[in-house]
Amino acid sequence: FHTLFMLQVENVKLLDRYTNRKAANGTLYLTATHLIYVDASAEVRKETWILHHHIATVEKLPLTTAGYPLLIHCKNFHVAHFVIGQERDCHEVYTSLLKLSQPVKPEELYAFSYNPKMSKENREIGWKLIDLKVDYQRMGIPNNYWEITDVNKDYEVCNTYPPEIVVPRAANKAVVVGSSRFRSRGRIPVLSYLYKGNNAAICRCSQPLSGFSARCLEDEQMLQAIREANPGSPFMYVVDTRPKLNAMANRAAGKGYENEDNYDNIRFKFIGIENIHVMRNSLQKLLEVCEMKSPSMSDFLTGLENSGWLRHIKAVMDAGVFLAKAVKDEKASVLVHCSDGWDRTAQVCSLASLLLDPFYRTFKGFMVLIEKEWIAMGHKFSHRCGHLDGDPKEVSPVFTQFVECVWQLMQQFPCTFEFNERFLLEIHDHVYSCQFGNFLGTCHKEREDLKICEKTHSLWPFLLQKKQELRNPLYRGFTAYKELQPNTLPFSFQFWCGMYNRFDKGMHPKQCVLDHLLSCMSQKMKLEDNASELENKLPFLDGPLPSEACSLSKVGCAASKTPMLNTPQDYEGEPPPVLSNGTSAGDIDVTSDVDQKYKENLSHHRDLHDLNDAIDVLDSEAKDGKPQHH
Amino acid sequence: MLRSSQPLMGPNRKRCREDEVLLGTVLDEGERGFIIDTRSAQAAKQARMTGGGTEPKSSYPQWRRLHRPLERGRPLQESFIKLVEACNDPLINMDRWLSRLESCRWLSHVKAALSTACLAAQCMDREEASVLVHGAEGTDTTLLVTALAQVILDPSCRTLAGFQGLLEREWIEAGHPFHLRCARSAYSHARLKQEAPLFLLFLDCVWQLSRQFPFSLEFGERLLLTLFDNAYASAYGTFLCNNVKERRVGREVGTALCLCKVKESTHSLWAWLNQPGEKKKYLNPLYSHNALVIWPSVEPQSIQLWQGLFFRWIRSSQYLDEAWAEIQRLVEGN
Repeated sequence: FHTLFMLQVENVKLLDRYTNRKAANGTLYLTATHLIYVDASAEVRKETWILHHHIATVEKLPLTTAGYPLLIHCKNFHVAHFVIGQERDCHEVYTSLLKLSQPVKPEELYAFSYNPKMSKENREIGWKLIDLKVDYQRMGIPNNYWEITDVNKDYEVCNTYPPEIVVPRAANKAVVVGSSRFRSRGRIPVLSYLYKGNNAAICRCSQPLSGFSARCLEDEQMLQAIREANPGSPFMYVVDTRPKLNAMANRAAGKGYENEDNYDNIRFKFIGIENIHVMRNSLQKLLEVCEMKSPSMSDFLTGLENSGWLRHIKAVMDAGVFLAKAVKDEKASVLVHCSDGWDRTAQVCSLASLLLDPFYRTFKGFMVLIEKEWIAMGHKFSHRCGHLDGDPKEVSPVFTQFVECVWQLMQQFPCTFEFNERFLLEIHDHVYSCQFGNFLGTCHKEREDLKICEKTHSLWPFLLQKKQELRNPLYRGFTAYKELQPNTLPFSFQFWCGMYNRFDKGMHPKQCVLDHLLSCMSQKMKLEDNASELENKLPFLDGPLPSEACSLSKVGCAASKTPMLNTPQDYEGEPPPVLSNGTSAGDIDVTSDVDQKYKENLSHHRDLHDLNDAIDVLDSEAKDGKPQHH
Repeated sequence: MLRSSQPLMGPNRKRCREDEVLLGTVLDEGERGFIIDTRSAQAAKQARMTGGGTEPKSSYPQWRRLHRPLERGRPLQESFIKLVEACNDPLINMDRWLSRLESCRWLSHVKAALSTACLAAQCMDREEASVLVHGAEGTDTTLLVTALAQVILDPSCRTLAGFQGLLEREWIEAGHPFHLRCARSAYSHARLKQEAPLFLLFLDCVWQLSRQFPFSLEFGERLLLTLFDNAYASAYGTFLCNNVKERRVGREVGTALCLCKVKESTHSLWAWLNQPGEKKKYLNPLYSHNALVIWPSVEPQSIQLWQGLFFRWIRSSQYLDEAWAEIQRLVEGN
């Protein structure tokens, strides 16, 4: 890392839900890009790195006996609770972090200064790794019904679409342009995915500017062209992913949804997924639940339900499932939109593609999916992820929800993805990190203007390089599973501890199966390499086979699983009262010696000690019979 | 670690010298022990009115008493029934699912059981102190705690053979009344007074441990499901009757004496399970001997609903089975 520190502060403690005020003292460093906390007190030096771009909020908490607390919430759900010895230092860190975490201009983003040792050629090759045209070819496009058109090459039709889009051959330029005037932000219906099995297509667009009664001949022709591109079905679905009420309200603003009477042979359907504001609030509530210290089972389940988070995940999943079923089972094309067609539409179309096509469950395929349905099609990453100091009401975890839907699918179908959970977490991290240029800006045109391909690096080669850690050892291959039909009953949606409590290591299984299986795989590969080397030597030997060759087949997985040393948490029960700013009463009460947080390997448990006194009270002739406080 | 039933203190605070001496002999001079009473302090105090009670500090000075109320009896059975109803409800709404799960409180009971077992284990492993566990009768929550604590503390209890031995010792011979407790299960409307799923709660806790320490148990989920099945209805005599006496001598059924003679008249579940052909189905392909104590996390995020049991007949396990087959393949290296 940069050896030049902007700031260095001693006497800093890092607290977590398991340590108490007596945490060790460490040093905090600020570089141009990161916050680094080093704890050199134990035998093993421990470093905690936080990227400035990942910081969502920094708060100063009220003074405690231990010092001046600073609470940092990150966009990847890391919560860091520092306590700094000196107030002056705390204030300096606070103001520095506020500035460093809220860049104003795109040029300030990390991607423009990130400079790994890589040749210019390799950097360019990195950008060319994903070619959407290849994916369309894979779908069979161009074909009789669909073509890749460059009508938008100068962004004249739609300035948030890419220069090349796929439309029905039957839709000529007049139809395309006419339709673009009838669609919010010019986001005309274009192809998202073509199901080769039966010509049914998933298309996407934005809401029509229909108001209460407006019509547009070209838009109607556009939908007709899409429908007729699938001669196998007499009708097509038009799916509005908004709740009906919201869509209706939009009519008053001159927008709205398709009137079945005006469009031939469409079946219109609402699938209510809530808007970005509801999702933002839902996530906020979820994170509050995740941060609760020692909640009871009831607190947790009630809080989880009240956040509504899993309900929204299910809504997105249900929509994806509906699309996949319509295409595969009913052989009908589907046109999807929300309001602007870049949030819920992106979620639903990419999810449906994943369900239908095993290619998108491979490394390469998933990258293509994101490049196509999210990046190219203009999901406003910069706004939704708060890359720059901007409107907080634009921030919303839309991409997070999509990633979670993929994770939910991984839980139900453990052998069906080529990659593992860590791949998802890395992508999610980098959507917010701005270390790579893929997710900067809001659309293709803006990235072109920012000269992303010339000035920044692509995420994909970086991830592919780490493929060995990010792969799924249980992947059964491309052909093992075709379409996925997930169970969408409420109980099928699990709380993703690895994402929302990712950094609370104590909560996760204490032994990592993934690492073990990955090492089994790499061992197996090494052994197989050895075996083929030895086999190649065989014809040249006279005499009996070398003993190594025979014993190879018997060698199982000898990967060492070093016994993990783990320590008990606080099993006591009653949590310390938590104040609304997240601190616990124990921190503030200077005179109390009640220390209710987790202790390390001490020979004397406070918990048991205090209870001695309580028991004395019980045994005495107390008449009020108060229940004991545990 | 010791277990017993409650001392019969009664409303007059009777003492029993022999009992005090007995507990006194367990501890050395100056040593202290812990009594974990699985009833609330309130309930323990009220038990005196019906002849029971707790160990007063004055009579047992070296012992510190801790109360960790664990649910048992009718309320636990209701919890189980409500959970099964919720899982089976075809109309269950996403808006209500978690609150229904919460209201049946099953997972709270799992958390409480694990916490208490961990506390007992902590007393022994960290405090190096002896522990006496009891509730009222010593046949339900007591056994839950002592058995679980041993799985946590003792690697030999985590082997297939050791776990069977633990079950024999801490549940079957210790006198958990299986016949009464595992009578009709969750679907029956009978709602028998003595029915309660303590053994299932134990199996659920063991399942939680297997999830948190996937390498540390020699057996897998399939064994736990098989045990659950056989506790309620079995071709084998292992879980029959309520205690050793009944198994040997017989029990009164109505007015007739029923001679069980379990050993002579039935086959043992263990004999069947341990046959080489059967045994391999129950082994955990990831098992690797772990000599250390396994301390589970009892945070709500760490405790999950045992889907393999509660959704066993509702959702196919095909994809998970395929995953386990892959794990087996990978680990065996062929």
